[in-house]
Amino acid sequence: MRGVLKWLRRDLRAALSVGFLLLLLGLSLTAPIVAPHSPTNQNVNNTLHEPDAAHPLGTDDLGRDVLSRLIYGAPATLYASFLAVGVAILLGVPVGLLAGFLGGWVDDIISRIIDTLLSFPAIVLAIAVTGALGVGLTNGMIAVGIVFSPQLARLVRAQTLIVKQELYVDAARVFGASLGRILWKHIVPNAIQPVIVQVTLLLAVALLAEASLSFLGLGVQPPQPSWGAMLARAYHYMEIAPEQMYAPGIAILLTALAFNALGESLRVALDPTMKRR
Amino acid sequence: MLTKDRLRLVGRRLVQIAPVILLATFVVFGLQQLVPGDIAATLAGESATDARIAEIRKLYGLDRPFLVQYGSWLWGALHGDLGKSLLSGEVVLDSILRRFPTSLLIVGCALTLSLSIGIPLGILAAVRPGSRIDATVTSVASLGVALPNFWLAMLLVATFALNWNFFPATGAKPLSAGIGPALLHAALPAIALAAGGIAEVARQLRSSLVEVLSSQYVRTLHAKGLSPAAILWKHGLKNVSVNLLTVIGLIFNRLLGATVVIEAVFAIPGIGSMVVHAAIHKDFPVIQGVVLALVLIVISLNLLIDVLYTVLDPRVSQK
Repeated sequence: MRGVLKWLRRDLRAALSVGFLLLLLGLSLTAPIVAPHSPTNQNVNNTLHEPDAAHPLGTDDLGRDVLSRLIYGAPATLYASFLAVGVAILLGVPVGLLAGFLGGWVDDIISRIIDTLLSFPAIVLAIAVTGALGVGLTNGMIAVGIVFSPQLARLVRAQTLIVKQELYVDAARVFGASLGRILWKHIVPNAIQPVIVQVTLLLAVALLAEASLSFLGLGVQPPQPSWGAMLARAYHYMEIAPEQMYAPGIAILLTALAFNALGESLRVALDPTMKRR
Repeated sequence: MLTKDRLRLVGRRLVQIAPVILLATFVVFGLQQLVPGDIAATLAGESATDARIAEIRKLYGLDRPFLVQYGSWLWGALHGDLGKSLLSGEVVLDSILRRFPTSLLIVGCALTLSLSIGIPLGILAAVRPGSRIDATVTSVASLGVALPNFWLAMLLVATFALNWNFFPATGAKPLSAGIGPALLHAALPAIALAAGGIAEVARQLRSSLVEVLSSQYVRTLHAKGLSPAAILWKHGLKNVSVNLLTVIGLIFNRLLGATVVIEAVFAIPGIGSMVVHAAIHKDFPVIQGVVLALVLIVISLNLLIDVLYTVLDPRVSQK
């Protein structure tokens, strides 16, 4: 813990991203208290209103408070990103571990499958899988997670190939450790660092994928707020109320930037040999 | 250029790619297995009677074992028969062929933009790592990677199409309608797509070029008195060209996917709007057709890149 604080004090970029993400997490947990209005309460007499004291970011096409919808969109966004990346980890990490550690025909088959899946344009495959599973945020993010899993599997496989050459792995085998124990106790802890970086970067990609899917109508369903879905509504009123698209877009951009910056900082922090390039 | 060794290598790649294509078709067809519950009931709609569901099952051959269904779909696909849309009844291959040029034009323009802007930026940043130019390029690139492209597209439409009327806000024109109008319609979508591509190209090129330029042999070249420009052009760029090819393949794959979202913003009748509409309505022949077409294009491009590797990098063919 002290190490983390020290790192954050030295690395301004990491500190800012962690700060922003914690703020987002705080907003997600306290949305009902913090938000000035209900995110779904409509007021047809006050639609597409410009910002004022009662509605700091104005109202949308149904008279709903934009700031409140933005705040309530935060938990949906975090949920989406972490769900997708969680699914990718659950599928990708074990597969990559087995392929890298067992080698031989198992590796050949798994690598061929990974190659194949990586040939699909990710977002299109996610759209197709969402269509099959059924439209909705959870299904959409499971789809995104499935689509990302080969990226993680490939990385974990490459890491495992390196780590399994180490003497301590041989030693564990000689002492009769089981496959599960070798993987979990010896391979995973030593192969995990680049994976942590990749996972952080994937959170940003997942966030953008959620926004895209919700924008296309495949993710979050109305009236539940999400930043992508807010942009989808703003799109229809672009000519008369272009300011509707600023807040959700900036929210997505900042969060994606924060995940990316954190990933890059982690890459530097976790890798002592990495020179500043 | 093409020695016997290289030809043999290309041949081996072709053999290796066959199972990938077969596996891809299996994934594409398998998509419909992901439907929770009875797919015939899903296709028949919510208030369908049991008789109607049975009828649908028979009509689409869903009563047969999965592998038999896959076999007959694959056999059809090999002959260019991807079935008909469940919604419009249109022959899937026809709609794909009609819509593909529109999407490809946008992706092509975006790829051109990504390379023609991203490469110079990457070089500028790599020549003086740590300089102000490097810091600027790196920050702009981080921004480009995090920018939701469909949001950028909306901002572009609001500014350049609705406000200033420089470009049309929606729609597309085929190249047959003249290069001018076609490019004018493709411009904003291509720019929106290219933002991420430029960032990615600049980042990747910078990091591989910095690595080459800081290597031992470049130091030797400096010591021998070769000018920095000559080192950059003759040695630096030649060595990163292989990496650049990899990046092109990666970017193309990503642009092809991203255009699906961008097309929605510009109401462009490309393959993107087609697959999104099909996904929402579970129109499987269309989903499978479009995804298959896209993955085949990506696989072919990757093959082409592999072949180019062997030409550009003699080490590859010696392995």
